[in-house]
Amino acid sequence: MADDELIWRIAGGSGDGIASTSQNFAKALMRAGLHVFTHRHYPSRIRGGHTYVEVRASADPVKSRGDGYNFLLALGDSFARNPQEGAYYGNEEVKPLSENLDELREGGVIIYDEGLLDPADIPDFEERAEENDWHVYPLDLRGLAREKGREVMRNTAGVGATCAIAGIELEWIQELMADAMPEKILEPNVDILETAYEQVSEEYDVDAPGIDVPQGEHEEEQLLMSGSDAIAYGAIDEGCRFIAGYPMTPWTEVFTIMSQNLPELGGISEQVEDEIAAAALAVGASHAGAKAMSGSSGGGFALMSEPLGLAEITETPLVLVEAMRAGPSTGMPTKPEQADLEHVLYTSQGDSHRVVLAPGTVEEAYDHARTAFRLAYDYQIPSVVIYDQKLSGELTNVPASTFDREPNPSMGKTLTEAELADEPHTEDGKFHRFQHDVEDGVSPRSIPGQKGGRYLVTGNEHNPAGHISEDPDNRVSQVNRRFEKMDAIRADLDENSLLSPHGPEEAEYGILTFGSQQGTVEEAVDRLNANGHGVKTLSVGELAPYPVEAVEAFVESVDEVLVVEMNASAQFRGLTQKELGRYGEKLHSLLKYNGNPFEPAEIVEGFETSIVEDGELPGHETKFVPAAGD
Amino acid sequence: MSAFSAIGEEREIDRDEYTPSVEPQATWCPGCGDFGVLKSLKQALPEVGRSPEETLLVTGIGCSGKLNSYLDSYGFHTIHGRSLPVARAAALANPELEVIAAGGDGDGYGIGGNHFMHTARENHDMTYIVFNNEIFGLTKGQTSPTSPKGHKSKTQPHGSAKTPIRPLSLALTSGASFVARTAAVNPNQARDILVEAMNHDGFAHVDFLTQCPTWNKDARQYVPYTDINDSDDYDFDPTNRADAQELMRETEDKLYEGEVLTGIYYREDDRPSYQQEKRELGELPEEPLAERYFDDDYEWERSYDRFIDKHK
Repeated sequence: MADDELIWRIAGGSGDGIASTSQNFAKALMRAGLHVFTHRHYPSRIRGGHTYVEVRASADPVKSRGDGYNFLLALGDSFARNPQEGAYYGNEEVKPLSENLDELREGGVIIYDEGLLDPADIPDFEERAEENDWHVYPLDLRGLAREKGREVMRNTAGVGATCAIAGIELEWIQELMADAMPEKILEPNVDILETAYEQVSEEYDVDAPGIDVPQGEHEEEQLLMSGSDAIAYGAIDEGCRFIAGYPMTPWTEVFTIMSQNLPELGGISEQVEDEIAAAALAVGASHAGAKAMSGSSGGGFALMSEPLGLAEITETPLVLVEAMRAGPSTGMPTKPEQADLEHVLYTSQGDSHRVVLAPGTVEEAYDHARTAFRLAYDYQIPSVVIYDQKLSGELTNVPASTFDREPNPSMGKTLTEAELADEPHTEDGKFHRFQHDVEDGVSPRSIPGQKGGRYLVTGNEHNPAGHISEDPDNRVSQVNRRFEKMDAIRADLDENSLLSPHGPEEAEYGILTFGSQQGTVEEAVDRLNANGHGVKTLSVGELAPYPVEAVEAFVESVDEVLVVEMNASAQFRGLTQKELGRYGEKLHSLLKYNGNPFEPAEIVEGFETSIVEDGELPGHETKFVPAAGD
Repeated sequence: MSAFSAIGEEREIDRDEYTPSVEPQATWCPGCGDFGVLKSLKQALPEVGRSPEETLLVTGIGCSGKLNSYLDSYGFHTIHGRSLPVARAAALANPELEVIAAGGDGDGYGIGGNHFMHTARENHDMTYIVFNNEIFGLTKGQTSPTSPKGHKSKTQPHGSAKTPIRPLSLALTSGASFVARTAAVNPNQARDILVEAMNHDGFAHVDFLTQCPTWNKDARQYVPYTDINDSDDYDFDPTNRADAQELMRETEDKLYEGEVLTGIYYREDDRPSYQQEKRELGELPEEPLAERYFDDDYEWERSYDRFIDKHK
């Protein structure tokens, strides 16, 4: 195998420790100086059911899961062996092996646990192995784990065998185990790890596959993180000390991280009865002077439409997170999609506004979370960070210095009691919360409990003093002022751009994308340029207000544009066209909505086949929709 | 210095301080029971010693939601059924505020029923007043969750087939530590009960019977009433949960016929409020959250330093 990267896939049953094992493996490789990227595939089920995680490792930075993979560790699904009466478990026992063959590259490696799996159950296994020149290593991982510890430790045996074949020094794994495991289970695990390593080294010619993990070195300390980690830490650094939520995949990740951290930081976390309550709590806490957030995934976010609108008209700062998964309704709970975009942009009644930011990478997740808070509190408006199950759960290494850890406790235009006593804010001795004529459209606010600041806020249209009003002139003034805030935010974002361009400035073609597809598209663009095409990309992190000027300049600068997104209705392309007001004849779509994110090769193929050669895409994994003018 | 000097300031508070300087636009009908709630509340707040600036009144939607317009405190008129989650978050973020939530029977027991159950069970330190006039008023007279069985309205022209909700029993079984019922026709008792409710450390639910002269024609529907705490006939101990349950069941069966029983049905004074419980677990800061954003000397912890190690 001549690959200059290792893409290691560990497959087994849900609940068999696949996620934790892969996380440790990735971290060990990161510590060894490599760049890593993980991809997680799992069913909506607690125990049992085929699941896998890929760990891609390379000496160079990696931005996506890559194409296919070259090293399979197939453990058994321990929960497939004792089917209960009335439950259909099918052929799950062999799935960790059978389900993973299609994407294994030629010349790849297979380690399978012969204690739990029998390849004889897969009719064409041997034939395919020969055809594809796979190197197959049957090992009794279960037996080894049982002998030296507990059966569940067969993960460790698998990692030991992997290290022997891939040439990974055991010390990285051992060091990490020592950090992560309590003494009692550390000892048998180390024993199993070493025994598996030795056995494989002795029994097999481990040089045969010609696979060796590349050598690398990091210039500075790295952290292994997911987008959810980064969003949570961004919120914390921006002074968020209140979160309310209801569990829903994949939003739960941010909620959990925040809940585990906030009390230690003197903050408050509340798990509540439903998502309406969750967002309403965030509104209440923010009104009472806390930096607050809530969030959910598609179905739960639907319930938040009411409090979102309430925050908008009452001009209460509010930060929501929307972690998309495949819909409609409950859709596919553990699979990524980018189809909630329109839902987030347009939910809630009336002329309501919100900021919508879409991070594309772990680093951006941190920055965008901070920006979302800053904009929400500076402009007294709801802001939503929209991302998806892919960015939520995938881990990658980021330099520790990526995080600007300076806290920002600013509450924007929130007055102190001394400032409240100033005349501009009062009339007839009363605080006027919603004054018409203010810079940027933002009226200064007070916090309940402050002397001289009391006011009424209502979800009905209201006059400057906060009282319900249906006066037409007042209505127009208030609506216009709330609109003005979006212009001010647009100007703010132009100065602090969240756009991520990539590729040569002068290029014939362009690819537009947003959110979690950014890294994959960037890899595809690099390959397309290496293939002799002139292509550049722009990942749009600002969805509302939309960066019309920048995107227009990008579209103008190229002959044709491919818009890449994970949904069936080309929502991002629709938004772009609506905001730009034209270019329908120039924007083509490449779509994927089968529950799996794009691989770089799919984008390369989609681009070369559809745009360059004007041909048709084979298969049904991805769909090409030509520009409207065609 | 505290960012909230209005909180805890000891001074004589005049009931007129709660009267808006600008006459609110009238939204309640002549003879509406809601005026009774307003009056009792304006009397009770000074007695509790709470100034308008340390009081946060959070309301839902409907005629009851307009209470804010008539009471000059900090006020948040929210949306249908959502006064409780907004209010309880404010009470968590700043436990030193006097937080009162108010809404109607449709708002509180219908669309907001889920929040009612959970706020009661969590025993948040706040007061919840439900204006119970057994009708949707502002949407012009539809059947509400407390309308009697058989009640005819435009949306249930053949009469409601539904048994009315039992607010007192629901509050009790959900876990409220203070449950009372009073009526607008009895302003002195109403004032006293509101004082007790606000002084109570925990979730205090007050089902406030109000008349709707426009859509429920009989404005005298809650007369005659009896105060169970003052009546010798009842020899009632509100700290006895079983007695409370029994009496609630009885009165909720008979609410629509004859004598109306009002008073404090249940109180559990030794149960810690949610705030206390959470504070003991180390999950609620001592100071109101807002204080630290105003405090230039506050040392913002370098956030998640202690958590970042697991990513290395």
